Amino acid sequence: MADKFQLRIISPDNVFLEGEGEFLEFVSVEGEMGVYAKHIPLTTILEPCVMKIHDGGEVKKAAVLGGFVEILKDKVTVLAEDAQWPGDIDVERAQRAKKRAEDRLNAKQEETDMVRAEAALKRAVARINTVE
Amino acid sequence: MASMKDIKRRRNSIQSTQQITKAMKLVSTVKLQKARNRAEDSKAYFNCMYETMTSLLAKAGAVNHPYVRSNGSQKKAIVVVTSNRGLAGGYNSNIVKLITGNEELKKEDLRIYAVGGKGVELLGHRGYEITADYSDIIEEPCYGDAKTIAARLLEDFEKGEIGEIYLAYTFFKNTVSHIPTLLKVLPVEEKEAEEGKEKDTVDAVDKITPMNFEPKEEEAIGLLVPKYISSILYGAFIEAVASENGARMQAMDSATSNAEEMIDDLELKYNRARQGAITQELTEIIAGAEAIG
Repeated sequence: MADKFQLRIISPDNVFLEGEGEFLEFVSVEGEMGVYAKHIPLTTILEPCVMKIHDGGEVKKAAVLGGFVEILKDKVTVLAEDAQWPGDIDVERAQRAKKRAEDRLNAKQEETDMVRAEAALKRAVARINTVE
Repeated sequence: MASMKDIKRRRNSIQSTQQITKAMKLVSTVKLQKARNRAEDSKAYFNCMYETMTSLLAKAGAVNHPYVRSNGSQKKAIVVVTSNRGLAGGYNSNIVKLITGNEELKKEDLRIYAVGGKGVELLGHRGYEITADYSDIIEEPCYGDAKTIAARLLEDFEKGEIGEIYLAYTFFKNTVSHIPTLLKVLPVEEKEAEEGKEKDTVDAVDKITPMNFEPKEEEAIGLLVPKYISSILYGAFIEAVASENGARMQAMDSATSNAEEMIDDLELKYNRARQGAITQELTEIIAGAEAIG
């Protein structure tokens, strides 16, 4: 059995999750990443993504929307700007947000804030993928 | 001596004022409880954020990132967190005093980013430049609001319109003690690492192995600073809401007890006036009877 690490996911409003995990999957700004226990100490910035928490054969999914991860040997702390369980996600709203962001990106008008529209799109996609 | 009618009217008016202050005290007690719970829930996030920032800066202290050094602009931005409503004792004026009383903050160099209607009013009257007004968010601050304001501040900072960013808010120490605080947010200064309590929990191996950053420190600063500022702002809003309700609770509590005192006093005066009137009437009747007899 793989070694476990302590896992904490903290959002500004509460401690979202406090528990253990064997393997953690997420997407950082550098690309997709997986973390086992005994990883080297690392701090990395998160993209809005689906975070997969593997523990004892179970896989839990959560939408983590931006923030960063601090990885220590046997402890992983996720500081999420927003975090949601699949059950708490309003899929219709996410679909609408996705469409809106795509429209804005496709229109390519000068006054649109591309960076913001892109971020909104990523958040919407992360939410949708978490539910599916 | 005031007439019985006058005294009675005044007593009634004080009584209804007392009812209002009593109700306001109850409301702010409940709100304070809520705000305090919220502040406690979010504490973990800020502590962790603060630690990461400190460790990042300790490691990347020498990098030449725009967020770490001044951009030469003389203008100073201050985010002033006050309340939208008064009746909170010295809560709002203490914050304003913090700014007007500070020698280093010259009026012409300041740009106010106000959060809270009272701050806009009080500083606007004194001739300060109000650059932005985010008063509606303080009623129910959420992280997204803090992010919006942080984005605006950083935009102005990058354009060189402002050279330093400060934050003026009321720190909620406990229910009775709220401390007006002025905090420098940007450029980020390397702070003395706080040794002691928290550090003991870190594994010995983790102490030896230095923290790595991905992407590299400079880029990481660029990405983390906006998050850091949003979280400082959000934390300040939550503390300020708790302080506001704490201050209002105190103010209303003393107002209620003052009203109680006044009512007691008027009650006594009223009884005296009544007794005086009865005595006078009796004297008149007796005097009349004697004159006839």
